[in-house]
This record gives sequence, C-alpha cells and structure tokens, in this order.
Amino acid sequence: MTLAQHTQCDTQDGTPLLHVEGISKTFSGVRVLKDVSLIAYGGEILALMGENGAGKSTLMKILSGAYTADPGGEIRIAGEVQKITNPASARALGIGIIYQELALAPNLTVAENIHLGSELRRNGMIDRAAMNEACRDLLKELGAPFGPEDRLSTMSVAEQQLVEIARALHRDARILVLDEPTTALSARETDRLFALIRQLRAKGLALIYISHRMDEIDELADRVSVLRDGAHVGTLEKHELSSARIVSMMVGRDLSSFYEKDGNHVRRDAAPILQVEGLTDGRRVHPTSFALRPGEVLGIAGLVGAGRTELARLIFGADAKTGGSVFLDGKKIEIRSPRDALASGIAYLTEDRKSLGLFLDMSCSGNINLGVVERDSRMGVLDQTKGRTRATGSFSALRIKAQNMLTNVGGLSGGNQQKVLLGRLLETGPKVLILDEPTRGVDIGAKTEIYRIINDLAAQGLGIIVISSEMAEIIGVSDRVLVMREGHLTGELEGSAITQEAIMSLAVGLASPSPIAA
Amino acid sequence: MSNTLNPAVAASPAAQLNARATTRSILQAAGMLPVLILLALGFHFLGGHRFLSGQNLSIIAQQASINTVLASGMTFVILTGGIDLSVGSILAFAAMCGLIVSLLPHLAWLAVPACLGAGLLIGVFNGALIAGVKIPPFIVTLGTLTAVRGLARLMGNDRTIFNPDLSFAWIGNDGIAITSTFTIPWLAVIAFAVVVASWFILRRTVLGVHIYAIGGNPSAARLAGIRVGLVLMFVYAASGLLAGLGAVMSSARLYAANGLQLGQSYELDAIAAVILGGTSFVGGIGSIWGTLVGALLIAVLTNGLILIGVSDIWQFIVKGLVIIVAVALDRFRAPTART
Repeated sequence: MTLAQHTQCDTQDGTPLLHVEGISKTFSGVRVLKDVSLIAYGGEILALMGENGAGKSTLMKILSGAYTADPGGEIRIAGEVQKITNPASARALGIGIIYQELALAPNLTVAENIHLGSELRRNGMIDRAAMNEACRDLLKELGAPFGPEDRLSTMSVAEQQLVEIARALHRDARILVLDEPTTALSARETDRLFALIRQLRAKGLALIYISHRMDEIDELADRVSVLRDGAHVGTLEKHELSSARIVSMMVGRDLSSFYEKDGNHVRRDAAPILQVEGLTDGRRVHPTSFALRPGEVLGIAGLVGAGRTELARLIFGADAKTGGSVFLDGKKIEIRSPRDALASGIAYLTEDRKSLGLFLDMSCSGNINLGVVERDSRMGVLDQTKGRTRATGSFSALRIKAQNMLTNVGGLSGGNQQKVLLGRLLETGPKVLILDEPTRGVDIGAKTEIYRIINDLAAQGLGIIVISSEMAEIIGVSDRVLVMREGHLTGELEGSAITQEAIMSLAVGLASPSPIAA
Repeated sequence: MSNTLNPAVAASPAAQLNARATTRSILQAAGMLPVLILLALGFHFLGGHRFLSGQNLSIIAQQASINTVLASGMTFVILTGGIDLSVGSILAFAAMCGLIVSLLPHLAWLAVPACLGAGLLIGVFNGALIAGVKIPPFIVTLGTLTAVRGLARLMGNDRTIFNPDLSFAWIGNDGIAITSTFTIPWLAVIAFAVVVASWFILRRTVLGVHIYAIGGNPSAARLAGIRVGLVLMFVYAASGLLAGLGAVMSSARLYAANGLQLGQSYELDAIAAVILGGTSFVGGIGSIWGTLVGALLIAVLTNGLILIGVSDIWQFIVKGLVIIVAVALDRFRAPTART
C-alpha cells in the first residue's frame, strides 16, 4: 500500500467525506455532547477547537468507536449513512485517529506495530518478511527516517507518531483525526509534521486537527469548528478566520451567580504569606515566580497540560524541583517531600481524589484524621477521643453527609468525598491551601458549599490557590488570576480585568495584556 | 441472624439499615470462624470423637503456634501490599544461629537473643532493599528465600546441630497445666501474645494507621505526609523478627536445627493463613484476628486429616483445595470488598 494507490477521495461533487449530524452523548444522565454537527471535506484540514471539557475528546471517541453515540443522530461517510459500533467498524470505514498519548507497543518493531491486530501469516506462523515488505514503500513515501524492522523503543516521540500515521494509512484511513499532535514535538519536528499533513491533504484525505495553539491553527487550518459545553457553536470559513473570533466563540458563556463571594478578603497591607521564586522542574514548569497574600484567593488558569498541577506539586514537594525557592511568611523553607510541606503549613488538595487523595477502604473519620494522628498521639498510641472530636468537628463545619463517621469513604458521593479530603487538609492547620480542581466531579450543591468554604477560609486569613479548568469558577472565586501556558506564567489579571476573553487569550498564547517579567 | 425480630428496630428504616450493616460487619469480622467450627465438628464425629479432646486441642494449639507467629508478621507485610517469601529460610538461619550460640560455653544465655537478632537482621536487609532501593518485595524476598537458605546450610556445614541441654527447651515442651489432660503450651501462649501485640499495633497506634493507609493507596499515603519508606522498613523488619521468634519456638521444640529442612515452605503456610483470614492480597484490608483463624484452620485441617486416616498425599490435595474454596466462598460472601 502506498499513498499513490490510496483511494482518491473525490470531493469534486461537494459531498463531504465525513458528515456528523445531530450527535449526542449522555453519561449517567449528563449530556456531554448536544446535537453536534460537523462536516469535513476531503482535501482539507478542519481544525476542531474548544476549551477543556467542551466535548472534543468525546466526539473523537465516538468517531473512533470507543463510545457509541446516543440514538438519534447520524454519521455519513462519503455520503452514506454508517454505524460506528466499535473500533473495528471505525477502522473499516476509513477513520484513523492519532491520539495524544500514542497507542503503540514499544517492544515491537515498526512493521509489527503497523500490523498490530492484523498480522500476516503463512502456514499459521507469523510472516515478518511479508509484514516488513508490506509497509516499506509507505514508510519511504512518508519520509520516515527508519525502516520497518526498527524497534519503537529506540525511536523519538515524533518518529513514533509517524508510525501511528503510517498505521492509519496502511489501514486505508480516509479521515484522519489528530489530537494535539504537537504537544511533545520540537519546533523542527512540528514543521515536518505539518509538511506531512499538507501532503496528506493534497492526497485528498480529510484531516481533523485538534489543537489549543492559535498559531498552529492560523498556519494549518482551512476551516475551524468550535465546540463549547458539548455543543457546536459554529464554523469559520478560511476567509473569516481570526483569532479573536475563535476565542470569543470558545468562551462566550454567562457566569452563574453562585460563584459570588462576599467581598475581597485580601490583606493588602500584610506581607505575602507565600512567595515562590524561580521555581522549576527543568521540564514542565519553567522558572516561575509569584506571591500570595493572606486572605487572597489566587486562581491559576490555563489549558490542560499547561503545567498548573505540576507547579502545585513542586510547591508541595510531591515532585523534585531543579531550581528556585519557596518562602513562607518571609522565611525561606526547604521542602523535600509532602511531609515537609504539611509540617510547614502548606496543604495541597489533589485533582484526583480517588487515586491520589483518599483511602477508599478507610472510614471518613480515619481519612479526616490521617494527617494529624501522629501529632495527636501519645508515644505512637492513637488518641481516639481526639480523633472522634476532630471528625465530628469536620463533619459539622464542612457539612459532610454520610451515614456516620465510620462509614467507608469509598461509598460517599463525589462532593462528600471531596469534603472529607478537604477536612483532612484543614485539620493539619495550613496557612496556605492549594486546591487543584476543587469541584471536579461534584454536584452543584456541593460545589456551592465548597465555594462557601473557600470564601470562609480566605476570610480567616489563609492564602488560597485555586487551580481550575472551569473558566467560570476561576473568575468567580479568584481575587487575582495567573494564567499559565506551556509551563510559563503568561499573564496576571486582577479585578475587572479578569474576563473569559482575557484568560483564554493568555491561555492559548494570543496576546498578553499584562505580561509578567520572568 | 435476623434483625427484624425487634419491632423497635424494624420501625425505623435508617436504624434497620444500620443494624443490617452491623450484622454484615460482624459476619465479615467472623470470616472463616464458622468454617473453622464446622470443620472441627466434622473431624470430631468422623474421627471417632477424638478430635475435640483436651489433649488433641493442645496439640493443635502447639502445631498452629509457629505458623501463627510467622503469619502475624506476614499480615503486616501483606497489609502494605507486599509479600515476604523469605520467612521459612529466615527461621532456619536464625535457628542455626541460636543453636550454635547455645553450644558456646559462656555465651549460651545469648541463644534466644541470637535467634531474634538474626531474624531481625535479615528482615532489615529485606526492608532496606524494598524501601530504600525500591526493588519489588516479591523479587527481594525471593532472593533472600534462596540466599538465606544457603546461609543456614553454610552455618552448620550442612549438618544438623543438636543441643540436648538446650536452656530454653521448656518453651517448646512445657505449658500451663489446666487439667490432667489439658495444658496450654507455652508455644500457644507466645503465639497468642504475638497476635494481641499485633492487634495493638495495627489498631491502636499511628504506625498501624499508616500500614493500612499505605496498603490502601500508596501514592495518597505519600501525599498525606506518611513516611512510606520507614513504615515498609518496619513491616519487613517485624516479619524477620517474628521469623526469628519462630526459630526460638521451633528449636526449643526439637533441641536441634537443620539448615536444609527446617522451615521449608513455611512461608506458604503463613501466606495461606493470612489469605484465609480475609486480608486483601493487594493490601489495605484485613485483620490479625482473621489471620489467627486462618492459621488455626490450617492446623485443624492437618491434624484432622491425620486423625481420620487420610494419607499424606491426599492431605496435600485436600488442603490446597480447601484454601481455594474457602477464599472463593469469601468472595461470594462479600463480593465488593473494594470499591
């Protein structure tokens, strides 16, 4: 199979190669995709954009056959209505997907990966020679600097990505979806990938390009479709493309009132409670500096992968830093582990409470007391009375709803689990609280209560950092917002300057209203 | 067991739910206890009413004691999500150390400390590799299983060492006489003391909380500020120390130690006791009382099968199948042990 032999996708008659119409997807009662329609023609690059959680990956998973769409909509491939029920049927229809995280077997060769699941056999035994031959020409045509016999583990990410693309083409893909393909690539590798993408466009493939980077969209896209809150908000033709328009389409949404807080508790006259100077891990977080005042709620916004969680983990000592320092109350502190951070009064609420936060087989009381059992104990023996007092206190202060304090935390709702975890952090008596996606996966009621708790804690003079991918949340709770992009702080917004447009512009690298000097 | 008999309880749905949860938790805590009792009764009637005699029970207690001690250490280890395959070899090595010291003219009194010390030493070695160098526990203890067995043989030039005047032999052969036929062997007293001490550590100390936390969620444990390495160090050291105690008990019983045969495959019985006791193999869930019941179950099976005249070969087959069936029943009883 070579590119030349590849099906010439005839779009002269104007029939789109992919026509998605009225597709919806519901997860346990929540509609994450609402009547989405999308058209992709052969011989063009369609950029698909939207902020975190807009529904891009759900839509892609429906196209790949990983999810099945709700009944109702239809998918037409080259004009004919088709059903995608599983990954195999998606492949048979000529849909190829290049995921952000490559789905290859590193211990196998290029040819073996390309044939994965459809190995060639002779007399019942695997026929490596035939497999190598079958993809040699295709690799050459793609300009691959490696051969079919090379092993994946010896290759760079860019080369592995090329193997993914080759695999899709080998399976006769006519519609190729690329999900943020450049996140792990260098500038030169990106250029090479773009050249390949244009080459595939010239061959008549329909390319759907998912990205957050505005400059890439400018360079590559023929048309841009924007998703927001699970719905298709519009498509811009080539001549209408403008970054400002795309950003406003991505964010245009009203803020709900439950984010309102009862004023600003920032103690402006006080010295910063936390100062971070040049903190870096040398990879995902570039030297970062900022200060946090008592009573302040500092939002950190940015797209997924911008380095927000990584920055928080550096401050908390969960990952090793390679440079920079942290000052608490003006004193430099050495944090080598989460234990050090907790001891000095910095607490961190993880974004992934189930796998990194809670002990699901333990009781609520056990989870709440976990951070302080050592402090409360006498010669290592538990003080059960104190434990009960603390758990009772947390239950009433945070309004945790559970059968009783000894109920396993694994059986609680997301919101109550989050409150239990928050309870553990608060029992340690922190001065600085870092909340990473504090309302992820919790219901609206618990959300409001968590905002109330954040507000109360700020009023008590804690310094609070809130990391959130929810634009409305960041704007609602923060006194000041830092925006990160690709491991850098790209801007700082305060007061009325905190708008969705401003944050999104900084997050995608469009403009920088108030750049922070490094 | 019905909780609807009491009208006051039945009246309130919440209370009823609560009572049901309590019933379930009692059932869960009881675990294999019903199986143990049924098995004992079965052997009693099948074996001509000899099984439940005072004499036989004290023999069973004695037979179960060493495994109970090893299994207590194993409980700590498995609760953290680890495994210690080396306890049988440690027992042999420590017993050789103890016997050799007991034959030294002026240092004989050091025999017991030598056993314990030798066990602790290997346990610390395991712990250092697992917590410090971060090699998986299965691999580390598989290595020490073999290497320490070799050490044990090396120490006595691969011969059995006897000491007919062993100063601590009373541990293995005497007991607290209750009636003329029933004595509680010191071995059983030691084993029970170990179980109680383990219970105290697991349920009443910070260390115990941390052991459960690490087994339940190691990444969360680190982020919660727990010194995971130190706790792992403790559990492997404790397992080694208890294997050393097992060596004291076993050499006291035999007046001898042999590097090749002593403690062979004891680790498997210890692991079986822990698993029968309902401790989760991935860590975080389990209790020391379950382990005690598990160890007794294994001893009862061994003793009862001999008593009713089942051949040695069939004993293996029956014991193995009982372990599988018992744990399968356990899964059936509590299908969602882990959420």
